[in-house]
Amino acid sequence: MSSDTKKVLFGPVVDNNPIALQVLGVCSALAVTSSMANALVMTIAVMLVTGFSNLFISLVRNHIPSSVRIIVQMAIIASLVIVVDQVLKAFSYQLSKELSVFIGLIITNCIVMGRAEAFAMKEKPGVSFLDGIGNGLGYGAVLMVVAFFRELFGFGEIFGIEVFKLVQNGGWYQGNGLLVLPFSSFFIIGLIIWAIRQWKPEQVEKD
Amino acid sequence: MSSNKETPMKTIGFVFLVCLVCAALVSIAASGLKPLQQANKLLDKQTKILEASGLLEIAGTDIVSTYNQFVVAKMIDLDTGEIVTDASVEEINRFDERADSRNLAKSSKPKNDIAGINRRANHAVVYLVNNEQGQLNTLVLPIVGLGLWDLMYGFVGLEPDLNTVRSVIYSDLKETPGLGAEVLNPRWKSLWPGKKMFNDKGETAIKVVKGGAKTGDVHGVDALSGATLTSNGVQRTLHFWLGDEGYGPFITKFRSVASEGGSN
Repeated sequence: MSSDTKKVLFGPVVDNNPIALQVLGVCSALAVTSSMANALVMTIAVMLVTGFSNLFISLVRNHIPSSVRIIVQMAIIASLVIVVDQVLKAFSYQLSKELSVFIGLIITNCIVMGRAEAFAMKEKPGVSFLDGIGNGLGYGAVLMVVAFFRELFGFGEIFGIEVFKLVQNGGWYQGNGLLVLPFSSFFIIGLIIWAIRQWKPEQVEKD
Repeated sequence: MSSNKETPMKTIGFVFLVCLVCAALVSIAASGLKPLQQANKLLDKQTKILEASGLLEIAGTDIVSTYNQFVVAKMIDLDTGEIVTDASVEEINRFDERADSRNLAKSSKPKNDIAGINRRANHAVVYLVNNEQGQLNTLVLPIVGLGLWDLMYGFVGLEPDLNTVRSVIYSDLKETPGLGAEVLNPRWKSLWPGKKMFNDKGETAIKVVKGGAKTGDVHGVDALSGATLTSNGVQRTLHFWLGDEGYGPFITKFRSVASEGGSN
């Protein structure tokens, strides 16, 4: 793998993270991070949608009339999201029941549109696809970290496996009520952004 | 961006082409996966019904054949409480409470809508779950009512006396995980079996008690801590569906038939 490919694919994980640096897609990061399993499925879904929407948009980028380009992008993204939702309903019904609303909302996830507009409209299909997958990975990395803390300290579980026995199940651990609620992700995402910027000070915005 | 010159015709043509391709993609996915999706949906419903009747452990992984062996679905008219005898199996299987309750011709507004459902379908499908001797073991009734965020769909299982609770199982809800969604917690579900729905006067007496039901209270179930509105929703849902505008007339009729010695 050349260093360029690597940069496109793994750059968004830390160096150019869509949530932490570009501050995109935060809304869905709040909603789906109450359990790691949900976050993982959401990650895969967003990764596929971003990857393929970038691919298709890049394929037709020279033909898209610029006056209607946003609508064309939306049509492609929306179709892909519906396909993902249908596939999930067919092969993982339980998860789709929990995630269905949020899968639909991938359409409005700014990461997908953002990458389509900022990257796929200018670059070749192959590298655009990798950029989409990479941004999905970056989104997923943050999601998984947030979900890890929320599930562990909110529910005493990791991937549904009991780690701390909850009081309501006859154990000792009192689940953290704040972490159970979606907005607690704001704090965790804030801390993640702080941690990344401590590590990579170049990400700090100049006044 | 484009090297070609943009003309209105070209733009329209391109948009039309994109729409065509996208529409084809979506419809192929939707219709191609439909059989699988419907099978999943049915399996999920059958699993919940078996769970509500306490047969899930016996069924193991063989949900469908256990379901077919023990469960008889009947369509009823909620207003009269009569079983709709001319409903075909096909009709019963196809029955969709959610679709019917949105259809003005097939639903009505409840006078006392304590469950917050807005409209109630005229018909319902109930499930008679038999034991191995072919006698009624559990009556499973679908229920729906407002929780904190949205409608919660589920089933209540009654023992053959149509008073003792076998289970309250929710299948579809959007309550807060860890708080309202604890109605799915096995520990909370285990509080229900053996409780009595009705008091001696025949009134719906089941209640969800904040701070914990007294020991020996046959009508009281502990409320969920941190989820008062969901708990209230559960109580109101049960009161609505067991009342006169829910399964009340059906339960009365069903009881009188059973006491006349007729089986089913």
